[in-house]
Amino acid sequence: MWAFINKLRSPKWFYGISAKLQPWFWALAALLLLTGTLWGLAFAPADYQQGNSFRIIYVHVPAAFLAQSIFVSMAIAGLVFMVWKIKIADMAATVMAPLGAAMTFVALFSGAVWGVPTWGTWWMWDARLTSMLILLFLYLGVIALRGAFNSRDSGSRAASVLTMVGVINIPIIKYSVDWWYTLHQPATFTITGRAAMPMEMWAPLLIMVLGFYSFFVGLTLMRTRSEILRREANKRWVRDLIEELR
Amino acid sequence: MAFSSLNEFLAMGGHGPYVWSAWGVTALLFMVIVWHARLEHRQLLRGLKRRARRESQSGSYPHGSAQAPVKPAQGDVHHDA
Amino acid sequence: MSSTNATISSPVMPVHDPKGGLLIALNATLKRDMMLMLRRRGEVLNPLVFFALVITLFPIGISPDPELLAVIAPGLLWVAALLAALLSLDSLFRSDYEDGSLEQLLLAPQPLAALGLAKVAVHWLLTGLPLALMAPLLGIMLALPTGSYAVLALSLALGTASLSLIGAIGAALTVGLARGGVLLSLLVLPLYIPVLIFGAGAVQAAIMGDGVTAHLAILGALLAVALMLAPWAIAASLRISING
Repeated sequence: MWAFINKLRSPKWFYGISAKLQPWFWALAALLLLTGTLWGLAFAPADYQQGNSFRIIYVHVPAAFLAQSIFVSMAIAGLVFMVWKIKIADMAATVMAPLGAAMTFVALFSGAVWGVPTWGTWWMWDARLTSMLILLFLYLGVIALRGAFNSRDSGSRAASVLTMVGVINIPIIKYSVDWWYTLHQPATFTITGRAAMPMEMWAPLLIMVLGFYSFFVGLTLMRTRSEILRREANKRWVRDLIEELR
Repeated sequence: MAFSSLNEFLAMGGHGPYVWSAWGVTALLFMVIVWHARLEHRQLLRGLKRRARRESQSGSYPHGSAQAPVKPAQGDVHHDA
Repeated sequence: MSSTNATISSPVMPVHDPKGGLLIALNATLKRDMMLMLRRRGEVLNPLVFFALVITLFPIGISPDPELLAVIAPGLLWVAALLAALLSLDSLFRSDYEDGSLEQLLLAPQPLAALGLAKVAVHWLLTGLPLALMAPLLGIMLALPTGSYAVLALSLALGTASLSLIGAIGAALTVGLARGGVLLSLLVLPLYIPVLIFGAGAVQAAIMGDGVTAHLAILGALLAVALMLAPWAIAASLRISING
């Protein structure tokens, strides 16, 4: 375990290992996303209540899952960075934030589009959509705070603290918004709040969720490598690497 | 297969615009994200290579030496002693 | 804290009971901040004036109809009080940062989390509590139904304490930045949402004649969580803002 943590301290080691791991995650993501898309769009049966508009679930739910998971990942990375001073963790947290915001946007957009055939309006203050909107603001706050500091190290540490504060608040926000929603709009139809889906419906959903996660891992590896090059540009091993590539 | 013809598949039982716009925007965003990440990496590598070429021409970072890059000190050194 | 250990083991320092030292330091911080704030009366009054002004804007912008106002009054009062509390946050650490006394606080042998908590307590005493006491008055002007005034003040008093604690994290993170004010609201407002939901919910429950103990209990629980965790986050943020 400690040997592994010590290896993680070395950006050079990470740069090498991530190059080997990356193609596997991209291939997995492509396979899963294509299968899930084909299955979800063409083969899964239409919902008896919502008809074919229900197929939006296959992008809405994975995006919402991923948006929340990325924030938690960022908080864990922030903790690792603050406790063990592992810079790779902070680089990963840096590149994860924009993807998390993008996934939140996908969840909001698909939710809004889904709302038209289901509720007859583009926006409802539905519990899930409202929490997603708040999550988007949390992401924007972290990105803005990191960018506001002149010193990269201060920005990293400030963003880590804010992410950790945010991750403690996410469940509190989620439960209070759920509570608020049930109080004000009792017995309305929530778009994804349904029990007991048949296998032909949830199997593609599971595939899409896994595909989104593989995409996230692949992209994080790729962009962390770029971030390593950016921050370690003056290090000896990067110079040697560039000499080799030339 | 939930649809019997291609047209039926595209129409999505009247919900076509919603389903296709949600999927389209998601797919587009994914492609832009991947494109941007690749571009970012390539540009970084290109910039670093350009710097290495410039430095090997000016000789400030001799290949294989462990020294940190030093600025060429030719004619701009002032001795006030 | 490593700084505490250093003082105890240092041969130069006279041996004091460290607990007494902490109490003295807390007392001194409380008194100092109280005195400084009371000297700058404008800063204490500004949030209150802002609160009253915003409440005046709503009947003008929406409608003077008392029936309509009575419906939206709980939410309006809570949102306006929240914004007023937010407005005062930027100055929480700003002047101490500028004149260097924040650095002295960091160097003090007492834990920074406790001293930060003392500063937040002063902030709540001079911002949150006055806002809570003033709210019933503005409630009358918004035709807030009778029977909910005490709950309004109580929920605001409890809730603004949480708001001060959470907001102080944001203020500590942005105190070193030149234009931290707008960023501060972006960082802090999303975290205020649970407090707003249960605070305004308590007033609404009181109007509808439902029990309010559940809401107030949750507000208290939020305050307890904030009291436990926020001081550490405030201390860590102050260290980042000053050392970096």
